[in-house]
Amino acid sequence: MTGAHALPRLLRGVQDRGTLTHPQHLRVHGPLPAAGRGAGPQLLDLVERSGLRGHGGAHVSTALKLRAVASRRRRAIVVANGSESEPASAKDKVLLARAPHLVIDGAVVAATAVGADEAILYVKRSHERMWAILSAAVAEREHATRGRPSLRLVAAPPSYVSGQETAVIAHLNGRLAVPTTVPPRPFERGVRGRPTLVCNVETLAHMALIARHGSDWFRALGSASQPGTGLVTLGGAVADPGVYEIAFGTPLADVLRRAGGVTERPQALLVGGYGGTWLDAQHMDDLTLSEGDPLLSAGSIGAGVLWVLGAGTCGVQESARVLDYLAAESAGQCGPCLFGLRAIADTFDLLARGLAGPGDVTRLLRWGADVTDRGACRHPDGAARFLGSALKAFAGEIAHHRAGRCTAVHAPSMPLPIAPRVAA
Amino acid sequence: MTKRLTLRVDPIACDGHGLCAELLPEHIRLDDWGYPIVDGEPVAPELVSLARRAAAACPTLALLLEARREPAR
Repeated sequence: MTGAHALPRLLRGVQDRGTLTHPQHLRVHGPLPAAGRGAGPQLLDLVERSGLRGHGGAHVSTALKLRAVASRRRRAIVVANGSESEPASAKDKVLLARAPHLVIDGAVVAATAVGADEAILYVKRSHERMWAILSAAVAEREHATRGRPSLRLVAAPPSYVSGQETAVIAHLNGRLAVPTTVPPRPFERGVRGRPTLVCNVETLAHMALIARHGSDWFRALGSASQPGTGLVTLGGAVADPGVYEIAFGTPLADVLRRAGGVTERPQALLVGGYGGTWLDAQHMDDLTLSEGDPLLSAGSIGAGVLWVLGAGTCGVQESARVLDYLAAESAGQCGPCLFGLRAIADTFDLLARGLAGPGDVTRLLRWGADVTDRGACRHPDGAARFLGSALKAFAGEIAHHRAGRCTAVHAPSMPLPIAPRVAA
Repeated sequence: MTKRLTLRVDPIACDGHGLCAELLPEHIRLDDWGYPIVDGEPVAPELVSLARRAAAACPTLALLLEARREPAR
């Protein structure tokens, strides 16, 4: 068995950003252990002992999620969620394009654990190369698994909320991919009314390794509060941006060093994604990448986005663009999200243009609190978290803007899939 | 033991008519866009019948009076 302390785990054996074919994958990782009688409950115990948590952003205990589905009477369905809507995140796309068979292994393991006979890969089609790689991988494996479970690739719509788990279920049931009211939750009534496990693709890939090497192996890396490793997407003012696999508990400084260091004096760090948290650069030296770090207001690193904002870029302009994007991506179903996020984005845009009135920051803070916990999904909560942290991290720059000045020398560069309407 | 009742809004069903806040201001206020914010506190026994009336009066049946609050997602 390869050393439990060795990195990378998920992207092991990948060379020159290529794809591991199934034979190559088997050479690197070995075959999955055969699923004999009683394999389901054994896998549930194994995942529980590993302490694995979801890598889609919410960090829910994977064992709890599996058990909820396994406890239902009807035959279950597994959905591997690779829709990755976070514009600044690339980790799921990289994993799927380079180690597709590890994700498929994970879906097979999850199907055994919860007693499912069907696994669906839910992935955006806009990344054509990745789609082609996955189509080939699924065809290869469908033959090998002889339909136990059956494997199917389904295209996810491009919207931000289409990856939320009730939206995934809605889409797979032929409806618009927007979040629905719970209950029923997916484990109660999911795809075609059957109990459904929706798991992020990276979470499944970790399960594929846990099934092979065990929970002690998994826990040999990581911190006490968050065992194991995770993929992060490092972007912004770093020499070598991209996807890195880290052991949880690693100081941010170590990850930055692996990426060749910063290219500019940092001003702030966005952690998690566009529903995440801006941290002032003065805290960056103290940050460890692990659940429970007191600097992480969301409690975790979310979907693993780490964006370094250099001193020459304006955090107020960047935040105005992101808030406009988040408002535009509201599914429009819940009033506080539909109207609240738009009001927040428009008022924040006034801040960025130096046109805000004296009460506007206070109003933004109140609106942030007012939209939190008011939607069918967590989209407004994420926008409010982003807003609150932006007001704090960029308080100085906001004051400059009010006086009609902006200290930035570079144009905003945070990725957005749609053209922003504000703060150009 | 008495049953603890709390109010919850189905945010998708709610269209912001605002009747609930008129009928039960003790537990419900409106945000700046006219949508109800419930305080999440157990409904006081003397207000339970008013709370039932508020739930029944909602044109979209989005106000729910529940014995146990479903953990939010």
